[in-house]
Amino acid sequence: MNDQQYNKKSKAHDAETDNNTLLADADVAIIGGGVVGCAVARRMVLEGASAVLVEKGADILGGASKGNSAILHTGFDTPEGSLELECVRNGYDEYLEIRKSLNLPVLKSGALIAAWTAEEEELFPGILEKAHHNGVEDMRLLSRSEVLKLEPNLSGNIRAVIAVPREYVIDPWSAPLAYLLQAIENGGKAIFNAEVISGDFDGSRWLLQTKHGKIRADYVINSAGLYGDLLDHDVLSKTEFTIKPRKGQFVVFDKVANSLIRSIIYPVPTERTRGIVIFPTIFGNVVVGPTAEEQESRDDASVDKANLKVLLAQAIKKVPALANIPVTATYAGIRAATEKKEYRIIEDSDRHWITLGGIRSTGLTSALGLARHVHQLLTNQGADFCAIPNPSVPRVPNLAEHLPRDWQTPGYGEIVCHCEMVTQREISAALEGPLSAGDFEGLKRRTRATMGRCQGFYCSASLAELTEGKFAEPLAVGTIND
Amino acid sequence: MTDIIEQESCDVAIIGAGPSGLSAATMLKKSGIQRIVVLEREAEAGGIPRHCGHPPFGIREYQRVLTGPAYAKKLVETALSAGVNITLKTTVTMLGSGGELSIVSPAGSRKLTAKRVLLATGIRETPRSARLVSGNRALGICTTGALQSMVYLKNRIPFRRPVVVGTEIVSFSALLTCRDASFQPVAMLEEKLRPSVRWPIYELTRWFGVPLYLQTEIVNILGNERVEAVQVSDKNGKVRDIACDGVLFTGQYTPESNLARISHLTLDPETNSPDVDEFGRCSDPVYYAAGNVVQPPCNQAKVPIYYVAGNLPNPVDNAGQCWSQGRAAAKNIVKDLAGNLPFS
Repeated sequence: MNDQQYNKKSKAHDAETDNNTLLADADVAIIGGGVVGCAVARRMVLEGASAVLVEKGADILGGASKGNSAILHTGFDTPEGSLELECVRNGYDEYLEIRKSLNLPVLKSGALIAAWTAEEEELFPGILEKAHHNGVEDMRLLSRSEVLKLEPNLSGNIRAVIAVPREYVIDPWSAPLAYLLQAIENGGKAIFNAEVISGDFDGSRWLLQTKHGKIRADYVINSAGLYGDLLDHDVLSKTEFTIKPRKGQFVVFDKVANSLIRSIIYPVPTERTRGIVIFPTIFGNVVVGPTAEEQESRDDASVDKANLKVLLAQAIKKVPALANIPVTATYAGIRAATEKKEYRIIEDSDRHWITLGGIRSTGLTSALGLARHVHQLLTNQGADFCAIPNPSVPRVPNLAEHLPRDWQTPGYGEIVCHCEMVTQREISAALEGPLSAGDFEGLKRRTRATMGRCQGFYCSASLAELTEGKFAEPLAVGTIND
Repeated sequence: MTDIIEQESCDVAIIGAGPSGLSAATMLKKSGIQRIVVLEREAEAGGIPRHCGHPPFGIREYQRVLTGPAYAKKLVETALSAGVNITLKTTVTMLGSGGELSIVSPAGSRKLTAKRVLLATGIRETPRSARLVSGNRALGICTTGALQSMVYLKNRIPFRRPVVVGTEIVSFSALLTCRDASFQPVAMLEEKLRPSVRWPIYELTRWFGVPLYLQTEIVNILGNERVEAVQVSDKNGKVRDIACDGVLFTGQYTPESNLARISHLTLDPETNSPDVDEFGRCSDPVYYAAGNVVQPPCNQAKVPIYYVAGNLPNPVDNAGQCWSQGRAAAKNIVKDLAGNLPFS
């Protein structure tokens, strides 16, 4: 067996940079490579700032952004007059505006808010009223027969439904990838494996100390998600909020379920949570989730059988035909909730620091809006950037099932992952370029490899070979000596 | 063998170049059917035995004891020398009515219309996710298929101290693989009272020094990037940790029947196999299915009587049985093409 060669990447990294190396000198440093950090990096670069994104992990999206429900929200149930609502609405509009040029997909599924009891139905007028206040004017009540015509597989004992036509499904991983890629292609920088451990502000500039060197910046944006409060505490010696991690588990059904449900099916929301949703994914699956479990750990994204079974039972109760559909995958995400419901956007303008805290379920939608908000805040603080003319616009690979995939264009080499029809060409592309996959999870998010029904039964061996020497934690832990 | 298929029609298209597909193709050719195409999505023909690097294979077919890879090679040679056309790296994406197949290969997408189609797409194990096993998603969790293809096709290992979940025949095949790759599982777990295999196969655990824990269920997988331990619960519900660097989920076979599922063919909801009549014919009589993709209904399982009731393994057939079933299907297809097969 041969261990040594497999740790090359991380060791090499250690050797190249010691803690005193200056990794970057920029106008803006963004700490945390979740969807919010990626969107902020993009906005900063487009506005003409030099920007560096600093991520403690080996790839983007390793924290709260890795597991969510991938819905583009209208904001119909977001608190009225809130900053969250403003960011959700702006983010929604901007996503639809830029998505074609970045090759980002949208599945115009629409959503249904479904009432199964009389008590739930009583809440409908309030939901509609709030939606109207929030500027979502196109929601309407459907008759039972309209509902069953639209979604014939919904359980027949449904009582009433509100349609939300403009709630859509997007690709939760390709979107932030495209944002950061655009930042990088236009001069931005991303640094990985660089956890920020401290920082000094000298009255005009920051010097951040990371585990792999230093970063100098005029302004710092804390988009550290699940660790946002701790980062504030460590660097600013104060924090105005506490992250209360809230886990959400999901069950992914096989793609054959795609023909059973076309819309996002919301339950009637409660004060605390949107509740358990049944929704199609952009990749062609149907998912049920999330649970809402308060926990201490900011990292524990484990699933548990009891909750998964509850989710399955819920899904089958509402869509009985799902009982015959095999489960493809299970996953959990952790929402960066705080002790309060609203976003915790905190400015320390004396020290040129902005914290984007408590960005929960709506973050995927609001990220682009938040990024614009951050730009506004920096401008108010006196930052004077000049938007770059004609920014370059990268196109990310399409993974959406309803649009042409790579295997539909000849010359792809061979199909590596048969369940998700992932080609050798796609794998190679994901392992190259300025934002190549930093770990195996990152490769999965970029390509879908092993995310299908066999979960790597057929393709793990090929992937171990194709990714050899690429990741600090490799698929294969050794070779067999002949 | 080629990567590109040129014709637009054929007599029989066979999907899958494993034991049943190859034996069917050989038999069809020997029976005088001229235009036969075997469509294989992998870059190599032979199916699962290619990465089952230990004996015994081939006893029924070649009256010899072979390893899986040697057996797979022989199956392919036999088919090729009979004049069978095996097309590699070719994926069937849709089964159309009347035998119209949508296929894709690196050269592009196209249609192929066959007078008869044989589904010989085989079987795979149930992964961790579909078993709803609790715990983290860490590196080092896989099925026997993944382990064996890594070891025998790529000379690599995914872990060194795995816990093996399950006691089916394939679980012991996995133990042999671990031994071939010079590492030792730290435990083998079986939820039930007795192992799924009969004595003396499970004595292999003793010979290999792998503790076998019966009535023991995996209840949690621990570890961040890579598996660090599993939690197991015994018959009294007592939970303890077993340190390990991987979890190998073995068996609980499920037919690789997705093509049938997304098509007009009907499936048996119990077994997830395509519905077939006594001739192996699917609900659209242009289509046949043979080998492991066809699992018998649970109440008629081809299970040897020595299995303990309540401890029934999924009756996955060994390669030899698949080979026989492929031949049987081929004979029916020959009769059918000659107009000699009755409607059931």
